[in-house]
Amino acid sequence: MDAVICPVIQAQDLELRYGDYTVMRNLNFSVNKGDIFVVMGVNGCGKSTLLKSLIGLKNPTKGKVLYSGESFWDGDEKAQQNIMRRFGVLYQGGALWSSLTVGENVALPLQLYTKLSSQQVQDVVALKLSLVGLDGYGDFFPSGISGGMRKRASLARAIALDPDIIFFDEPSAGLDPINARKLDDLILELRDGLGATVVVITHELASILAVGNNSVFLDRESKTIIASGDPKVLLADSKDPRVVQFLTRGAESKEQKL
Amino acid sequence: MLLEKLVFDYSLPKIILIKLSGDWRISTGLFSVNEVIAQLASHPDITQINFNVAKDLRWDSGLISFLWKLIREAQAKNINVNCQTLPSEAQKLLALALKVDEKNIPPHKVAESFLEKLGEKVLSISESLRSGLDFLGDIALSFGRLIKGKAYFRGDDFMLLVQRCGVDTLFLVSLISLLVGMILAFVGSIQLKMFGAQIFISDIVGIAMVRVLSAVMTGIIMSGRIGASFAAELGMMQTNEEIDALKTLGISPVEFLVVPRVLALVMMMPILTLFADLMGVLGGYIISVGMLNLNGVEYFNHTQYSVKLSYVWVGLVHSLVFGVIVAVSGCWRGMKCERNAAGVGSATTSAVVTGITGIVIATAIITFICQILGV
Repeated sequence: MDAVICPVIQAQDLELRYGDYTVMRNLNFSVNKGDIFVVMGVNGCGKSTLLKSLIGLKNPTKGKVLYSGESFWDGDEKAQQNIMRRFGVLYQGGALWSSLTVGENVALPLQLYTKLSSQQVQDVVALKLSLVGLDGYGDFFPSGISGGMRKRASLARAIALDPDIIFFDEPSAGLDPINARKLDDLILELRDGLGATVVVITHELASILAVGNNSVFLDRESKTIIASGDPKVLLADSKDPRVVQFLTRGAESKEQKL
Repeated sequence: MLLEKLVFDYSLPKIILIKLSGDWRISTGLFSVNEVIAQLASHPDITQINFNVAKDLRWDSGLISFLWKLIREAQAKNINVNCQTLPSEAQKLLALALKVDEKNIPPHKVAESFLEKLGEKVLSISESLRSGLDFLGDIALSFGRLIKGKAYFRGDDFMLLVQRCGVDTLFLVSLISLLVGMILAFVGSIQLKMFGAQIFISDIVGIAMVRVLSAVMTGIIMSGRIGASFAAELGMMQTNEEIDALKTLGISPVEFLVVPRVLALVMMMPILTLFADLMGVLGGYIISVGMLNLNGVEYFNHTQYSVKLSYVWVGLVHSLVFGVIVAVSGCWRGMKCERNAAGVGSATTSAVVTGITGIVIATAIITFICQILGV
């Protein structure tokens, strides 16, 4: 029953600051199991700061982040690590460890957190790499593969331990439209296959509309959420000029001016 | 355990029915696919694999990894695998894992033999020497442009570098030189005491520090402190494509980044060495007067008498050469840095190693030349 009642992630009255500067306040949202939840907003609105506080890298000044009802920032280090084990993160630049091969990058979490033999770890690494379309690239160093491949290799590392939640920070940044589209498809396929919940931080319109089924829109001026819900519905129905301008790449406001 | 989770059923002709049950998650360990392959080998007539999934089956990538290997083995033996009874999520993951992108086949890597590796190492030595000479040539040309006033030179940056190489290192250089002077005096006194010739401690400390030791110690400190930081700084700039950005703007990175660094260090080295000379002599004075009861004025006079001005010049030549060696090796390693975190680390290490090795070799050569010239 719990799983039905409790959202996978819940933010309650969250406030984020850098020193005296408030980045965001009064953030309230919940993400349900199987959602592809998009956090959108213009550059510098605090999307990445919000991500940091969700994945345990930045302590919020106020409020709570709940994972299946359990408060992350109120728990001790061990409780926090247990929650962190449940999620995988795809960082903006890939963040592969450059001194390790692609295969070793994917193998490291498996070696740390499972009791698999080295041969079994290799088997799982080969599977994860083929899931992201990089079968046979295990012996390459991150510097020897393309940017798109690095991103997919990083995704293979993020899903190494079959996470319940996968966070994507600007997944399409630096990718060509074809590869960005492929990555979007991969996000959908992995969500279905792994039964995971996905949180995507992005400002790529095509991505937002292609994958998202729930979203929040962060606004830099009011420093909080000004719209939420299915991004396709927001595009069709929202009356807020800031949201409309964002979702139509500024076309609406131009028309108004004309 | 294995038998409970994996059961084979041959009740239908030419079909093997694999019954899966229990916990197949990574956390409980993976099953080897060899068991199934052995079953297939012992029944060569089998043409299809079917699955039956129990209600208590719990799975994650552990099961997918097993099935993925099994399907690939079966495909190689032309055995049909029917996945339709598997959980739908598992079917999706298997389809994704088995999807082969023809355009995405990795290039074939050929393993190198020992001889090939050895040959490459030898060739890389000459390559590295050549790139070192290229770099020196670049610096010389840039200096030429600087003298002619044609180089792009930022005074503010240069003053900051002078501060880093000079004032910021002064305390460390002073402390080390003072201690070296004290150690020399202390070690010398053990032998000289036996002859009642303690006053010659001033000769040992004065000549050794002024001629070579101050310069060598300063050079080593600068290599660890400044050479390493040059390499790390330029290495990081290389990694962040900042150096590429300079090139595309038509600005020579050697002119913009290397020349001010070399100039700052070469300018500061003689000044620091002179200061180190003084501190070294002071160290000898403290031990001689404080512990060995020598007369302070006598010590001072003896030092003045034994240390000739030409020794100071020899020390300054050392320091100029070391300045060039430390600055050039730091900048060179930084500019040749590989574009990753490990590359920056190894560039820093090799800057220090190259710097210190260079200092020792240069000391030997200068000492030899001084011997020939009778200085």
